[in-house]
Amino acid sequence: MEETPRFVGWGALVAAAAFALALAPAAGAQQKSVADDIARYRELLQDGNPAELWEMRGETLWRTKRGPKAVSLEQCDLGLGSGVVKGAYAALPRYFADADRVMDLETRLVHCMVTLQGYAPADAKKQPFGDGTDKKSDNEALVAWITSESKGVVINVALTHPKEQEAYRIGKAMFFHRAGPHDFGCVTCHGEAHKRIRLQDLPNMLDPADARRAYTSWPAYRVSQGELRTFQWRLNDCFRQQRFPELEFTSDASIALTMFLARNANGGTYNAPALKR
Amino acid sequence: MADPMKIRATLQGDTVEVRVLMQHEMETGQRKDAAGKTIPAWHIQQVTATNNGKTVLSAQWGPAVSKNPFLSFKFKGGAKGDKVQITWTDNKGDKRTDEVAVS
Repeated sequence: MEETPRFVGWGALVAAAAFALALAPAAGAQQKSVADDIARYRELLQDGNPAELWEMRGETLWRTKRGPKAVSLEQCDLGLGSGVVKGAYAALPRYFADADRVMDLETRLVHCMVTLQGYAPADAKKQPFGDGTDKKSDNEALVAWITSESKGVVINVALTHPKEQEAYRIGKAMFFHRAGPHDFGCVTCHGEAHKRIRLQDLPNMLDPADARRAYTSWPAYRVSQGELRTFQWRLNDCFRQQRFPELEFTSDASIALTMFLARNANGGTYNAPALKR
Repeated sequence: MADPMKIRATLQGDTVEVRVLMQHEMETGQRKDAAGKTIPAWHIQQVTATNNGKTVLSAQWGPAVSKNPFLSFKFKGGAKGDKVQITWTDNKGDKRTDEVAVS
């Protein structure tokens, strides 16, 4: 108020103050109802989530003999033993001794496509994400089905192996690292409560309750894109929005960041593929 | 050609509730691609549902229906084990039929 020009009379000042007071609760209520409306929108659509179409296709893909070796992925070890899909996603990323590397689900799928089905690594990573047309991504379908088999399972990322701990440390450093033309970092949007982009509430990934809510709702069917989006896609798009160099699909950096976020969500009940705007 | 539908049909009291997810682009014909050319319309035009061969729902759809549409409806006179069959036809003449037993 010190900066108010002196010629403003008391009446105007009082009126301005009253206006500001009247506006504040109204804006708050409006914000609240918008968030409620989005929640209601999700609730209405939950019953017919098109993600199920991806899940169906993914299950078929999992059991189909494909690739140069013409074998299915049914022998793929997702961490709970060969061919065990139920609950596997809730413990990923994790260290895999056979590859001597920490892997998330999508990296593991590429690994299985290369080792079991005989694909060249470049072919296995050829189309990680659908482009919104009828050219659908197999990766998104497989992820949809495998994650749906972990519905209701509690997220339990062990973080016992030294390489897992290393990935977590790197992921944490990446989360706080600010860079790029906008001097942005993950922490800019996801390090404080009650931030949002337009009408989308942003989760604070440092708060366990928020992190659980966010992490357990990916992958998700995005209505605005008509595609099912995986966690690798989510990170890729965050990088794009930060004007960072493109996050390479299944790179160590992407796995490290996933590890940090997944571990922060430990204890949350997995509930995806979800439905998002 | 077209991807399968996901159909669920459950008997609740004397009504059967049918829920269908269809995979379709549902292009309106109003959008333009990156080169500025109009993307031709491509959407489901006709949806038919039958129960043991008897039509229980017939609908004409247009471009206002969303991509990967979800359809839910109820009908009376069905019993457990009845075969509910859904067929859609799009404006390119492409067709898809899927069937499920009422549970």
